[in-house]
Amino acid sequence: MQPFTEHTGLVMPLDRVNVDTDQMVPKQFLKALTREGFGRILFYDWRYLAGEKPNPEFVLNYPRYRGASVLLTRANFGCGSSREHAPWGVKDYGFRVILSPSYADIFYNNCFKNGILPATLSEAEIDELFKRTEKEQGYSLTVDLPNQTVSDAHGLVYKFEIAPSRKEVLLKGLDDIGTSLQHAEKIDAYEKTHAATATMYETVDIRNYSNGR
Amino acid sequence: MSPKTLYQKIWDNHVVHESHDGKPALIYIDRHLIHEGTSPQAFAGLKSEGRTVRRPDLTFAVMDHSVPTVSKERLLPIVDTDARLQFEALEKNCLESGVRLFDMNSANQGIVHIIGPELGITQPGQTIVCGDSHTSTHGAFGTLAFGIGTSEVEHVLATQCLVQSRSKTMHIVVNGKRPRGVTAKDIVLAIIGKIGISGGNGHVAEYGGEAIRGLSMDGRMTVCNMTIEGGARAGMVAPDDTTFAYLEGRPFVPRGKAFQDAVERWKLLKTDADAGFDTTVELHTKDIAPQVTWGTNPGMVSGVTSRVPDPGSFTDLNDQKATERALIYMGLKAGTPIVDIPIDRVFIGSCTNSRIDDLRAAAHLVAGKHVARSVKQALVVPGSRGIKTQAEKEGLDKIFTDAGFEWRDAGCSMCIGMNADVLPPHERSASTSNRNFEGRQGRDSRTHLVSPVMAAAAAIAGHFVDVRDLDIANVE
Repeated sequence: MQPFTEHTGLVMPLDRVNVDTDQMVPKQFLKALTREGFGRILFYDWRYLAGEKPNPEFVLNYPRYRGASVLLTRANFGCGSSREHAPWGVKDYGFRVILSPSYADIFYNNCFKNGILPATLSEAEIDELFKRTEKEQGYSLTVDLPNQTVSDAHGLVYKFEIAPSRKEVLLKGLDDIGTSLQHAEKIDAYEKTHAATATMYETVDIRNYSNGR
Repeated sequence: MSPKTLYQKIWDNHVVHESHDGKPALIYIDRHLIHEGTSPQAFAGLKSEGRTVRRPDLTFAVMDHSVPTVSKERLLPIVDTDARLQFEALEKNCLESGVRLFDMNSANQGIVHIIGPELGITQPGQTIVCGDSHTSTHGAFGTLAFGIGTSEVEHVLATQCLVQSRSKTMHIVVNGKRPRGVTAKDIVLAIIGKIGISGGNGHVAEYGGEAIRGLSMDGRMTVCNMTIEGGARAGMVAPDDTTFAYLEGRPFVPRGKAFQDAVERWKLLKTDADAGFDTTVELHTKDIAPQVTWGTNPGMVSGVTSRVPDPGSFTDLNDQKATERALIYMGLKAGTPIVDIPIDRVFIGSCTNSRIDDLRAAAHLVAGKHVARSVKQALVVPGSRGIKTQAEKEGLDKIFTDAGFEWRDAGCSMCIGMNADVLPPHERSASTSNRNFEGRQGRDSRTHLVSPVMAAAAAIAGHFVDVRDLDIANVE
């Protein structure tokens, strides 16, 4: 995974609370076999009119936010479905950082698997960033993960909180599976003492898809 | 030993490695459920790293999200190419790795969260994960069950473990007997209405109180299923005699003495008397009416006797804006009585409400009546083929079809609209599913979440009605 240390980028304000993952990647795009290409469909129903014509009223299509890489938004971002297609879309579109007062648990977790930093700031700080983004064309922020700060060119500096273990994952771009497999002996030992099984006592109808046709 | 909550007991039983320096632990996963929608990238990732499935015997796969619900379409080539490719990928991945697959033509096929409990794959005290947020359903058995992303699916395939931090705990107590016409669905919608859709963030919830104890397993599953809609990743109910009676004799449940031994172990799975929760929420059933959502998230919900709220009645500016936006999307005017809202289509199904109790209750209500002429479609989609067979044995299919409903094959169907069962733009549904997000059932579609009896009653009347005014049995 791509490590994250510091990032400076244009801010796009998405002024809505409770943005759910169905809005980020609607269901018709969950039939993919790969993790690629979800940037084009991020916020699909808000972003496009019929025939995939860009909806000029949706903030992502405003020319002033073209190339944005910092997503500024409201509370409980990423609620609903566990679909990781949502952070795939966020990342593939070009966002590296999300700034919000709070996140839904599963989405938050999924961000760290994809090198996205979901930084948490207070409601008041988020309000101030919305004001500044609105006021100043080309408003950019610098997000410094080692120092846990968000800063702009005018001297604003906000400190954000992040669990040390989460921080490490992003800084080093750690592969979770590789890290866990370092504990393979402990997993073996657990399986020996707990003997996890799933015994079938009565036959159920399990068969392969192609056999049915 | 210090007193523990049910969650803490299950957690402690599953720790493979914990360093106690604030870093997350490695916990063992007893059952890994997968489906066609969120697993292909996980298998691809596994392969590209040269890794294999560690415990195919603890992994169960099913086709549910995109399957056709018209039975005969399953015997023909699948028309939707993308869906077909996903089914083929799942089949290939399962064959290669030795994972058991309930394909769409298996007699035991169904929605992943329906068949786990139905076949007894789900048992008390386990940890269960699935790349689907409604995995919380299995918590009804006193299991720790939650949804994960695809990267974590890959992690569990490779290691049979998950990297997790301990959650905060929330006790949700529902006092009082459940009144007639108020179902498990109404209870959980009322809870979400009270705590809000982010009220449970960071928590694992445990449900208790007389009203929860009085629910059947089907009802408890409905409550745990929608826990995620209140923000908590997992919801659980301590197992009791209702749980044990449900499990006895199911295909994956031990028999005879082994079952009795298991029951003795399962009886220990409850929160100790002095254990504390980080948060406690209490409700009383006398304050709960049949619920109807009017907005675009499950927390935008009211009793059936109320009116669509005025955005100005919310104190928080963000809530005002969200409500305004929701009413525009839903095509509703503030102040409209909920019972005056007409509906176009009815969907009885989903991992929330498609179990046999749900179908019996709905059938009881529609028996001898007919769907209103203004209603374009009324679908009944059993949660599994097992439930479908049982319902047909009881003649419920005939009751539904005589009343003008369509009787379909098992799958996720119109809850998520990944197959052909889509709610058309600007049409309004009475739906027993779990999410009323914008576009959830189809682009620009308008979803009202209700219980099965409320959906059935709305189908007959053509608009919402208070089922307490009707002649109904005391239903789940």
